[in-house]
Amino acid sequence: MENRVIMAPMLSRTRFITGTIVSAVFSALLGCGEQVEQIPRLRWYVFAERSGAFEQAAQDCARAAHGRYDIELAALPTDADQQREQLVRRLAAGDPDIDIIGMDVIWTAEFAQAGWVLPWQGEPAREAREGRLASAVASATYQGRLWAEPFTTNTQLLWYRSDRVDTPPSTWDALFGMAERLGADGTIEAQGERYEGLTVFFVSLLASAGGSVLTSDGQHVSLEEAPTQRALAVMRRLANSPAADPALATAREDQARLAFETGDSSFMINYTYVWPSARANAPEVARHMAWARWPAVMPGRPSRVTLGGINLGIAAYSRHPELAFEAAACIASAANQRIAATRGGMPPTIAELYDDADVRTTFPFAGLLRDTLRDAVQRPQTPLYADVSLAISHTLHPMRDIDPARDAGRLREAVGRALRSEGLL
Amino acid sequence: MSRRAAAEHRLAWLLCAPAVIAMLVVTAWPMLYAVWLSLFRYDLRFPDQRQFVGLDNYLSVLGSETWWQALFNTLLITVGSVSVELVLGFVFALVMHRALIGRRLVRASLLVPYGIITVVAAMSWRFAFDPTTGFVNALLGLDGAWLAERWSAFFVIIQTEIWKTTPFMALLLLAGLTLVPEDLLRAARVDGANALQRFFRITLPLMRPVIMVALLFRTLDAFRIFDTVFVQTRGAQGTDSVSIVGYNTLIARLNLGLGSAVSVLIFVCVLAIAALYIRGFGIDLSRREDA
Repeated sequence: MENRVIMAPMLSRTRFITGTIVSAVFSALLGCGEQVEQIPRLRWYVFAERSGAFEQAAQDCARAAHGRYDIELAALPTDADQQREQLVRRLAAGDPDIDIIGMDVIWTAEFAQAGWVLPWQGEPAREAREGRLASAVASATYQGRLWAEPFTTNTQLLWYRSDRVDTPPSTWDALFGMAERLGADGTIEAQGERYEGLTVFFVSLLASAGGSVLTSDGQHVSLEEAPTQRALAVMRRLANSPAADPALATAREDQARLAFETGDSSFMINYTYVWPSARANAPEVARHMAWARWPAVMPGRPSRVTLGGINLGIAAYSRHPELAFEAAACIASAANQRIAATRGGMPPTIAELYDDADVRTTFPFAGLLRDTLRDAVQRPQTPLYADVSLAISHTLHPMRDIDPARDAGRLREAVGRALRSEGLL
Repeated sequence: MSRRAAAEHRLAWLLCAPAVIAMLVVTAWPMLYAVWLSLFRYDLRFPDQRQFVGLDNYLSVLGSETWWQALFNTLLITVGSVSVELVLGFVFALVMHRALIGRRLVRASLLVPYGIITVVAAMSWRFAFDPTTGFVNALLGLDGAWLAERWSAFFVIIQTEIWKTTPFMALLLLAGLTLVPEDLLRAARVDGANALQRFFRITLPLMRPVIMVALLFRTLDAFRIFDTVFVQTRGAQGTDSVSIVGYNTLIARLNLGLGSAVSVLIFVCVLAIAALYIRGFGIDLSRREDA
């Protein structure tokens, strides 16, 4: 339709501009009539994925739909907080441009409660659950209903240097002992900045110690005294250990990765993306890089690590919800999860894919990853997660100043205020 | 009042009306709406749970450590940047005023930082102070992460503000300098006053109104600081400004009630600052000939 006005070279600039405006108005007026014949264009809002795995999935699904729909990616920032800020502003205003949302697992409760995503029901819901890891399905579930289709997942492992460590430590205490004995090379990399990653770290430690942030109904503060103090003691011990990175208080995932890639650290707590990254950027380090389960807080009790990843939700204001459900199911199908894994390095939510040869080549630690994911813990599933997370990270930063006995109480108070939407954070 | 005077009076109101209406629509209405919203417990995610809570939001904000901490931070940044800007701005203004050669070039080059978008300036300085990509550590032979510690982070934020807005101060002061009559300075010189005496006894007192207006503008501006802090620390290491607190509450938490209360309180602070300057230091913004 753009060629409605065919420009002759002798046309003056003014006439060109007028012509463009006229044609724009003209097509806008005619727009309603024409759209009926056009292929519905579904807009998939998701973080800007660099490998092109999402683009590939969108194209493949559109092709398989034989002209019933087309999928267009709308790139969001890579930072999860900023993704949420942009989406939430649009959703609160009822923007019909959004059809499919690449939802971080932590948004499920908030988006569902606010009525911004449509629930999955009947056959599509059954298919979306089928063969998926239970923890991934749980991350998309709120108050007994499924609000998104599990697409990719992720969790942290303990990465270590096999040339300096014979057997990886199974508990945090063992880790501190080993790291401190190694001296200058013993550095432990973790996430200690005041941001959501600090909440993730705390939630993993707390769950590994047998505690939880909220009661199972998600309405009240739990934070049992003994597990909370145990988790806080590990944080304090880490930050005050000579083996801690001096920049721990400002380290996020990427700072930890970069520090490990220099070869001066022996241990790191991080997501699986560090493996392809090290192989590409620091082959010397990657050669001696090994993995183990996230350390336990209590001996004999396997660690429970926080679950990440994105699920596909259907926006409530979508113009084509039926088609969007269909497209989301296609995007999250086994074939596309394999592409997302092998090309984009995002672990699949379909349990079977962990036995797939290609996936195993990408993730040589696939077995360990699946075991960790099976025991994974959810971050507090409450519509007020953003508030709760702010309360946790603000109370526990910097980790070096934590006093477990005092801060367990402060934390309970701060999370309680966040749940009641009271006060500033 | 004569008929003619009354007619003129009416005409005056008519002529002002468009401006007044525009101000009411774009300024007064949003402000009143914010005040109205601040009386509710109202979360954009759960519009059905909207509930009138009176002054609870204000009590909640004023009772929180975060607000007072942020207010202290903001005042620190304001005082730190505005005081240095005043001194530096005066130096620059005098240089621009007295420059004998290349006057235009001097003026243009001093104004460059003011022409740079704040976000860009904040980013540039963040990269400059970054331990791995920056030149500052290399230049000073230091090894610290500036934005990782509270006081050094304040230093970076304040110096970015100074770098960015000193030209504005200098420009206003330059306008003031041109108001000082040359004859007066020459007369003082004849009477034996040295350069320092002339500056403190003649130039400064004559420029007082201009200085006050410049300070007022900059203080109000500095108090509302947002972009520099957002870009450089996002409020971490205890560098939250009141605007950052408002943003977190309104935009990240979507808490319209509490966020509006923060905005209204910021507005009250701004009013208080303006009142302090106007009443306390006696600035007359609309100086009349006969005054």
